[in-house]
Amino acid sequence: MARQRAHAKSCQTRRGGPLSAIVEFDSVGLRYGTGAEVLRDLDFRLARGGFYFLTGPSGAGKTSLLQLLYLARRPTRGRIQLFGQDLTDAPRDVLPDYRRRIGVVFQDFRLIRHLSAFDNVALPLRITGKSDAELEGPVREMLAWVGLADRASARPPTLSGGEQQRVAIARAVISQPELLVADEPTGNVDAEMAARLLHLFTALNRLGTTVVVATHDVGLIARTPGAQLIRLEKGSLTDPTGSLRNPPLGTAQVR
Amino acid sequence: MNASFLAGTEAERRLLPGGTLRGPTPYVIAIMTFAMMIVAAAGLALANAAGVVAGAVEHRYVLQLPDAGSGKLEAALRASRSAPGVIGAEAVSEGEMRETLEKWLGPGGLGDDLPVPALIHLELAPNADAGRIAALLTRGVPGARFIAEQATVQPLLGSLRALRWLAVALVLLMAGATSAAVVLAARGALDTHRSTIEVMHGIGSTDEQVALLFQRKIALDAMVGSLIGGALAAAALLLIGGGGLAMASDLAGGPPLRASDFLLLAMLPVAAVMLATLVARFAVLSALHKVI
Repeated sequence: MARQRAHAKSCQTRRGGPLSAIVEFDSVGLRYGTGAEVLRDLDFRLARGGFYFLTGPSGAGKTSLLQLLYLARRPTRGRIQLFGQDLTDAPRDVLPDYRRRIGVVFQDFRLIRHLSAFDNVALPLRITGKSDAELEGPVREMLAWVGLADRASARPPTLSGGEQQRVAIARAVISQPELLVADEPTGNVDAEMAARLLHLFTALNRLGTTVVVATHDVGLIARTPGAQLIRLEKGSLTDPTGSLRNPPLGTAQVR
Repeated sequence: MNASFLAGTEAERRLLPGGTLRGPTPYVIAIMTFAMMIVAAAGLALANAAGVVAGAVEHRYVLQLPDAGSGKLEAALRASRSAPGVIGAEAVSEGEMRETLEKWLGPGGLGDDLPVPALIHLELAPNADAGRIAALLTRGVPGARFIAEQATVQPLLGSLRALRWLAVALVLLMAGATSAAVVLAARGALDTHRSTIEVMHGIGSTDEQVALLFQRKIALDAMVGSLIGGALAAAALLLIGGGGLAMASDLAGGPPLRASDFLLLAMLPVAAVMLATLVARFAVLSALHKVI
């Protein structure tokens, strides 16, 4: 804990205090092994409380960019700041605290197959030390919010794709993260469910969570007024402002 | 390590399903614990036997005279009994000596003209100066030798001590093999539950939290294995104790295993559990350090 505080303090001192941007990428590049860079020279900032869509063709590097965002990878060059802290070379033991501030909806859901929907959703609270009594209410409420109140004891293999996705979303938002990252969250659901999920995201965004959604679903983008667009092509940001010709002050500032 | 560590919470147990006795780990640890206890018991018995033998001859010496004739034996015996520090002196009779020598030289091998050497067994006081006594008793007796009995049994003691160290080495080797088995088991468990670990890491679990889950699972396996192996080893030792050990006890002039030895043997299964738990923790943490 002392090491984490020291790390946070040193980062803040270096940057001259916490930033208003929740995410800041400076000349970030990423390569796997000795291959070519899959992400190149990414420079952008995401404002706190913003709603962002990350788009681009398959293989453009969206998932890799999201992995950098939720601290599953480190960049091979450049700097990444999250929550005002430079985490590019942060020691491993400080990362869990930052990960707990990020909710992630994985493209393949990554639910734990042998745990019930309830236990899957409760997991982020359990790792922070919440007791069964403390987490019972919030988890039931969250399952109800995603329409799965009656499926609490069901295990993932017995749930439909859409239900699994909603469990994954409930798990991602149960701890009220400051940043929510979702990779193709509507990829496995019908249009009606996609609309419901989008409603969940916007509701969460209204509560102050910064939302980043990687998607191919143009309809989803069109139904979200005020959202910012980040477009990736061949590992680089292209048309940085996208369809957002005049991004509102204090939200996305793609350089 | 306490009961709550082993039990964990219901939710923690659900995270890594699969009860004890499902994988090979408990059985490997049971076999290793059994073998370790038997070998350790043998090593301790050998050490005790060596101690008994060494203790029995520690203050015993032999005065050897090349010729017992012309009252030389009686004079040497008197001198021995009156020497300061000698608490016992016993001569081997000429008849016994002849009998012994004939075994080597054959019947009639000892002619009347061949002098028969004499032996006097001496027991010295614990603080006696053996060098001074040797000088006193051999003075003026050409060819007399003062021999420590310990030197005679040294090859036997050397063998017993070597066997004891061999037992120690075998116990250490088996501990090493147990550790290797636990490392393999931990790696196997990590592979089996890789997706769970990835999810846990992704949502902010610390390495410590993940390691604790595996540590607990392997500690339980090790505990069950150690209990089985320890019980079997205890049964085997009791079985041997009923026959072989009792005989060995008579031969060595003392019990082959003392109460402290049994205590040490009883600690081995506990040590095996602790070793397995520590090795599992180390294996899991070092594996986790390879991911971001």
